[in-house]
Amino acid sequence: MERIGLAPGGKTGEVLAQDIAQKFPQLVTITKATHNRLYAKVDKAALVPLCSYMKDNLDFEHVTCVGGVDWLEEKKMQVVYHITSYANKVTAELVVDLPRDQPEVDSITPLWGGANWHERETWDMFGIVFVGHPKLERLLNPAGTEVFPFRKDFVSGRRV
Amino acid sequence: MDLRLAPHAVAMSSSEFLSWSGEVMDQLMKYTGAKKAVDRLTAPIWSWAIRNATVPLHFGIACCALEMAAASGPRFDAERLGMIYRSSPRQTEVLLVNGWVTAKLRPDLRRLYEQMAEPRWVIAMGECAISGGPWYDSHNTVQGVDTFIPVDVYIPGCPPRPEAMIDGFMKLHKKITKEMKGTFLND
Ligand code: SF4
Repeated sequence: MERIGLAPGGKTGEVLAQDIAQKFPQLVTITKATHNRLYAKVDKAALVPLCSYMKDNLDFEHVTCVGGVDWLEEKKMQVVYHITSYANKVTAELVVDLPRDQPEVDSITPLWGGANWHERETWDMFGIVFVGHPKLERLLNPAGTEVFPFRKDFVSGRRV
Repeated sequence: MDLRLAPHAVAMSSSEFLSWSGEVMDQLMKYTGAKKAVDRLTAPIWSWAIRNATVPLHFGIACCALEMAAASGPRFDAERLGMIYRSSPRQTEVLLVNGWVTAKLRPDLRRLYEQMAEPRWVIAMGECAISGGPWYDSHNTVQGVDTFIPVDVYIPGCPPRPEAMIDGFMKLHKKITKEMKGTFLND
C-alpha cells in the first residue's frame, strides 16, 4: 500500500521492525508493526543497546514521552517509551518490564537529552530509578517528599 | 521621641540623626493632628488613583488564567478599568491567584506577594485558589491561598466567567474606596 506522506527514503514500521528483530533476536519481541507504528517488548538489558541502534542506524531522533505503569497485582512495573523518527515518520513504543520491588532501568538521557525530564518525572511519580540519569531529583513534588503518588498502593488524601 | 536630645543633634552620626529626626517629625505630625489632616485631604485623591490602577500581576497558574486572558481581550476589555497586567511584582498592586497552588509553588507565591509594594491586595480567583476546589483530596495541592497569604476578595466559580472576574475587581474598588488610605499608608 502506498503510504501517504512517506518521507523520501524513509522506511515503514514493518521494515524497521524486521530490522530490529534481526538485530536483537532474543531480547526484543515485536508485538505489532504498522506503516507508522512499531510496538515492542524489550528486555531491561537490551534497552540501551536497542536505543543506540535505533538512534544511530534507524534515524530515531526524538523521545516523545517516557512514562510508567504500575501493575500492583502482577508485581511489576513498566516503563513505556515513545520514540519517534521524523525521517521515517514512525513512532516506536517500547515497553520494559521491571520487578516491582526493584524498579531499576538504565537511563536513555545520554542518548536523547529530551528524555531527561520525562525520566525525572517518572521517578518522581512512580519511584522507578533510572541508572545513569544526570539529575534524578524531585520534579513536580517538592524536594523532601517521601511518597510516590502514582503507585497503586498510594493512599490519596491531603498532605499539605 | 526625645526632644531633649536636640542639643546633641550636631554630635550625632548621620544614621542616628536620620532616625532621630524622622521619629521627631513623625510624632510631631501625629500629635498635632497634621497627619490626620493630610490624610483627610489626600485620601480621596489617593484612593481614586489606586482604584484606577489596580494593576494585577501577570501570573497565570491554571485554567482560570484563561478567563483572565479572556477578560483582557477585546470583548470584555478589562484594561478600560485599570487592569493592565504587568510582569514584575514590583510594579503591581494586585496579586491575582488563578488556579491550584502546589506545595512546590507555595514558597514562590509567598515571595511574589512579599515583593509587591504596599498598598497591595490579593484576589483568590476560582475554587482552587479559594479552598483547593476539585483537588480537595490531593496530596500536593494547598487547600486555599488564604492559608499562607491574606486574601481580600474571593471570586467563586470553576472557572469564574470574565464578568465575574471584573465584578471581583469592582468589589476590590469598593474596598479601596472604603479603606481610604491617605498619604500615610501605614496607619
Ligand atoms: S477553579 Fe476550576 S477552572 Fe479555576 S483553576 Fe481550579 S480547576 Fe481550573
